[in-house]
Amino acid sequence: MTTVPTKTETQAMTGAEILVQALADQGVEVVFGYPGGAVLPIYDALFRQNRVRHILVRHEQGAVHAAEGYARSTGKVGVVLVTSGPGATNCVTGLTDALMDSVPVVCLTGQVPTHMIGNDAFQEADTIGITRPCTKHNYLVKQVDDLARIVHEAFYIARSGRPGPVVVDLPKNVVMAAGEYVAPTNLDEPRHASYRPQLDPDRAKIEAAIEMIASAKRPLFYTGGGIINSGPQAVEKLREFVRLTGYPITNTLMGLGGYPASDKQFLGMLGMHGTYEANLAMAECDLMIAIGSRFDDRVTGRLTDFSKGSKKIHIDIDPSSINKNVRVELGIVADCGRALAAMVELWKKRRHKPDAGALGAWWDKIATWRAKDCLRYRQSADVIKPQYALQRLYEATKGKDVYFTTEVGQHQMWAAQFLKFEEPKRWMTSGGLGTMGYGFPAAMGVQVAHPDALVIDVAGEASFMMNMQELSTMMQYRLPVKAFILNNRYMGMVRQWQEFFHGGRYSESYMDSLPDFVKLAESFGANGVRATKPEEVDQAIRTMIETPGPVLADILVDQEENVYPMIPGGAAHYEMKLGPDHGELKETTDKGMVLV
Amino acid sequence: MTSALYTSAPDPSVERHTFSVLVENEPGVLARVIGLFSGRGYNIESLTVAEVDSVRRLSRINLVTTGSRMIIEQIKNQLDRLVPVHKVHDLTVEGAHLEREIALIKVVGKGEKRVESLRIADIFRAHVVDSTDKSFVFEMTGRPDKIDAFIRLMEPLGLIEISRAGVVAMSRGTDGI
Repeated sequence: MTTVPTKTETQAMTGAEILVQALADQGVEVVFGYPGGAVLPIYDALFRQNRVRHILVRHEQGAVHAAEGYARSTGKVGVVLVTSGPGATNCVTGLTDALMDSVPVVCLTGQVPTHMIGNDAFQEADTIGITRPCTKHNYLVKQVDDLARIVHEAFYIARSGRPGPVVVDLPKNVVMAAGEYVAPTNLDEPRHASYRPQLDPDRAKIEAAIEMIASAKRPLFYTGGGIINSGPQAVEKLREFVRLTGYPITNTLMGLGGYPASDKQFLGMLGMHGTYEANLAMAECDLMIAIGSRFDDRVTGRLTDFSKGSKKIHIDIDPSSINKNVRVELGIVADCGRALAAMVELWKKRRHKPDAGALGAWWDKIATWRAKDCLRYRQSADVIKPQYALQRLYEATKGKDVYFTTEVGQHQMWAAQFLKFEEPKRWMTSGGLGTMGYGFPAAMGVQVAHPDALVIDVAGEASFMMNMQELSTMMQYRLPVKAFILNNRYMGMVRQWQEFFHGGRYSESYMDSLPDFVKLAESFGANGVRATKPEEVDQAIRTMIETPGPVLADILVDQEENVYPMIPGGAAHYEMKLGPDHGELKETTDKGMVLV
Repeated sequence: MTSALYTSAPDPSVERHTFSVLVENEPGVLARVIGLFSGRGYNIESLTVAEVDSVRRLSRINLVTTGSRMIIEQIKNQLDRLVPVHKVHDLTVEGAHLEREIALIKVVGKGEKRVESLRIADIFRAHVVDSTDKSFVFEMTGRPDKIDAFIRLMEPLGLIEISRAGVVAMSRGTDGI
């Protein structure tokens, strides 16, 4: 939501007041931050107003992830405010995460006064230099009169085109100086001298795409986070187009929720731990329609064997995503929503009908892959299988106003496989960067945006411990986030790779002396619950959901369970391993050591 | 003795391309471009930059790079994605274009070699811009390969120092950037 600027004329204020006014005019309701010397004037200005709320995190990395969770669950820009030096450097992981996953974030960093820059002053860091490669753009504000313009521009750049993080570095003397405030002129599409993302598709290319789509025999939609970032139009038009054509669709990890998981045309997630049917359909399709997805290595596997028999259409708002990893026959630079709207319109106008015979045969083939039931696992009577815990969690939360975040590792992949998403913006996970410690603070940001919703961080115990300090923040602001910790005492994915590719030598992947998570929760004034046997899982989930306030659920799961199916890094889609339950042997050679 | 360094034939899929990039003349813009190349592992064979429009505060970067077709396309798109970049032109793809470079070349020698260097400089239309009784500094302007050729000829004649400005480039014909 953007507020209508109230001040059209300029007026003298301090830099800090200008900053707060600019935030308010950009529709900012909440800032995640941590004070320090260089930003004290800004905190003073925040203190003397009540338009912009501040959430005091416990670590700056948590602030950025919280802003990411806020942004991804709302579609608005997430805002961070930190001090100079360590405040800024602690943001680097979060900024890189937001860059990789195209999350709109504006990060305001304090800086030493302009006359001290370059002198190795106390808490000085070259924030602009450090964050240049991990932001979409960054600014050092050298004069107070540039401040308002730069802040407005930063929001525009963060949210438009392919979204991403923008850093605004604010020297202390600049925020203390008196200057003039300039209100934003046109919030939706301000004109920028050099930055103009291409939103509308080339008409001729849309026509070419429609002809390719209409004549395909074994087509497949492969859609990603771009659908969700693009907004409601893209989500709606994707559904319409997929149903009009009757073609199968698979989603990337980032794209889950872009198409309803319960729909019969949905093949599940693709990629390294995606479903057998999705990956085999990628390998054997004759037309791949990639929309808002980027042919990431976790999706393609070995490039030389990637879907060799298919023609490919790639629609993306970022020209550099097209022909980066995989050469496509037709690349269309456009906003996904606009491109899909144009395709739906043209498809209807030309009264296209898919080749029913070919499509029937293609669906028959997909049915044989589906029949493999690739997510099947062996249930146990006395130890909790992580897949079972997630199935029960899904059943207990189905139909509720629920948001899920995850950390990174095995639990993340199981969550992607076993939680089903019908709507976008309900699933927040660190896809590109793979940031352990993302999920808990991200859940905090989601909860701030949706105070009455159920927000659950599906975690592993190792990831959880990377940013667990934010439980203190959650207590302070009464944010009832639930952490569902699948505790196997290992860094599970590291252990799995060591088992498969390093001869079972579990080098430094086991954690001794883990905390008692129930007591840990209690020490913060929160609640904890534990399940050690399968029959305790349902009760633990119920207690977790029904207990007010933050809850840590410590679910002690099978220590050596592996994630299947799996395409080993650097292998091809058709080399997918289905796991021991499907009569395949585990790979225990050292051949895989070079894989990433 | 064979060495991997010398036995590997040049990769025929690697192309040399010259880009002209119009950018906002603001602090850090060159760092963004160079950081893009180093961060993504692209090559820079030559890079020049100077302001070309003081009213609109635009600078022009001329850049020579090498890579496969896909890499060259990536370089163009990645440059275009930078916020302060106005225009990116791949002159090699867009048709006939000019490339010029200026170089200063110092040659030290006496007798026949000194005379020979002066004679070759005359053929290449290089000017003498500094001389002592033992040395010349030649200034020459031309296509990069012409400067390469001149330098090769100077090597046996007492070449001791080279300073090259890098490539400046422009398309032929009526169209502006």
